[in-house]
Amino acid sequence: MFKKKKDQTYQSYWSISWNIFKKNKVAMVCLFIVILLCLIALFAPLIAPYDPNKQVLTDRLMKPCGQHWFGTDDLGRDIFSRIIYGCRVSLSVGIISQIIATVIGYTMGVCAGYFGGKVDSVISFLIQVFSSFPFLLFAMAIMFVLGPGLINLYLALGLLGWASTARLIRGDVMRLKKMEYIDACKVSGGNSFRIIMKHLLPNCLSTLIVTVTLGVPNAIMSEASLSFLGLGVKAPMASWGSMISFSQPYIRSATYYSVIPGLAIIITVLAFNMLGDGLRDALDPKLRS
Amino acid sequence: MTKYLLKRVLQAIGVVFCISLITFFVLNIVPGNPVEIMLGEFADQATIARVTHEMGLDQPIYIQYFSWLGNMLQGNFGTSYFQNKPVIDILTSSFLVTAKLAGIAYILAVVLGVVVGVVAAVNHGKWVDSVLMTISVFGISAPAFWIAIILQIVICLKFNLLPLSGIESFKSFILPGIALGTRYAASIARITRTSMLDVLSQDYIRTAEAKGLKGWVVTIKHALRNALIPIITIAGSDLGNILTGSVLVESVFSIPGIGKMLVDSINTRDLPIVQGGVMYIAVICVIMYLVVDLLYTVVDPRIRLGKESS
Repeated sequence: MFKKKKDQTYQSYWSISWNIFKKNKVAMVCLFIVILLCLIALFAPLIAPYDPNKQVLTDRLMKPCGQHWFGTDDLGRDIFSRIIYGCRVSLSVGIISQIIATVIGYTMGVCAGYFGGKVDSVISFLIQVFSSFPFLLFAMAIMFVLGPGLINLYLALGLLGWASTARLIRGDVMRLKKMEYIDACKVSGGNSFRIIMKHLLPNCLSTLIVTVTLGVPNAIMSEASLSFLGLGVKAPMASWGSMISFSQPYIRSATYYSVIPGLAIIITVLAFNMLGDGLRDALDPKLRS
Repeated sequence: MTKYLLKRVLQAIGVVFCISLITFFVLNIVPGNPVEIMLGEFADQATIARVTHEMGLDQPIYIQYFSWLGNMLQGNFGTSYFQNKPVIDILTSSFLVTAKLAGIAYILAVVLGVVVGVVAAVNHGKWVDSVLMTISVFGISAPAFWIAIILQIVICLKFNLLPLSGIESFKSFILPGIALGTRYAASIARITRTSMLDVLSQDYIRTAEAKGLKGWVVTIKHALRNALIPIITIAGSDLGNILTGSVLVESVFSIPGIGKMLVDSINTRDLPIVQGGVMYIAVICVIMYLVVDLLYTVVDPRIRLGKESS
């Protein structure tokens, strides 16, 4: 009897989640792809065979070959190198804008859920306003004001994308604040800041991880769309969206020029989406059962 | 019911008011004097000062806001800097084109999405389900403007089946509609499948089958009807997204819709059109969300009754 009890090892929430996640083969493959993409973005200068912005006008619109794996564009730039550097742009926009959105979303959501009353009414209304925004339209308007550029993209997508996080965190906090350990913290003299940062944040972490992972592909898609419209990154910086835009006049002669950046977007967005789905299945106790 | 309706309408008005505030103040911090942009680089200071005064741009910003809002409520969105036409006329004519495109895309998204989702759910676990869901996952991840270009390459250039660009006939709207609708069809298919699977495992479906009803009657009349709420939620929010997403497809197919016009105005820095266009689309989106919200109460009596009792 005693021995049996000893065998029942304690498993934390995170280790149970990891065990569930490990069994999801699709999600594991996507995790691998996401890590690979992050490494490509980090080590772009080492991987890219050419300078992404170097124009060799004698090598214009070369088909994929041994020298240029994905061919060259209308200015003779190596498409493979531009795709590698474009990965940097896409991932940085996806991740940084989501960090901004999450910080704003968490703060708003936690304030609404924890303090309730008028604070909740005001924040809930703001959430409603920002959810009613046609996202791309307002991102265009903000980029119109700020002008093209990477930092402006982080800001525009971050400032517009917080509402869904805030709504989820608000719901989580409203549920969590009724828990006994929050009462215990209050009774032992813990102030609101301590409760929010030390007790509510760790319990909202799983929601935050899932919203960030599922928010990144949306931000990547928005960046690609804005860059496609000429409102994203500044030329000559390589972005998958702007590459597709510049390829348009050459769809007859250089099909690969349009196809390859699109595939890069699909693979990245797909990997993050499936990873997010896998994480949600593993981290949400309701979905586990 | 009336109380709920009134509350939602008031909420929608509040949202529109907030959007107008944000739109006006965000777009008015744009660097550069709009009058200088409008008159060009050769205008002298006296002319700039006169036109600035005429347009009321020398007044405090809050007065400018209220006069802009007041004018807009009367249907006066100002005059375009470069086209010299009332903004409302430009917006309305281009919106009609976009509405046609978005309408086709939306019908495609809903019909295809629901059919694919139902077929996948009914064939749950079989190869049909796997194939349809794999395609829909790719559909969600592909940008509309890329699908548009691929369709142009395959359908127009390789097989010469449909026009490459323009709006001459209904045919011209087919490819843009497909390009725009694909992503939303895929997301509706996924949500339909999930919702249908949920409903198909319920006891009342087994009862319906046990009493000898035909398979399709059970699927359509008993299962799909009860699986509609999440589908309406997604389909409702997609309406606004399709309308704004049309900007991407319009620029590929050179369709003179509201999205393309907005991008062109952004490039020429034609502020009245950008400002008016953003508000125009935002208001239409808010109205659509309101209609969808009210539609819930028709589809699901629980919401109606719940709201009444509260």
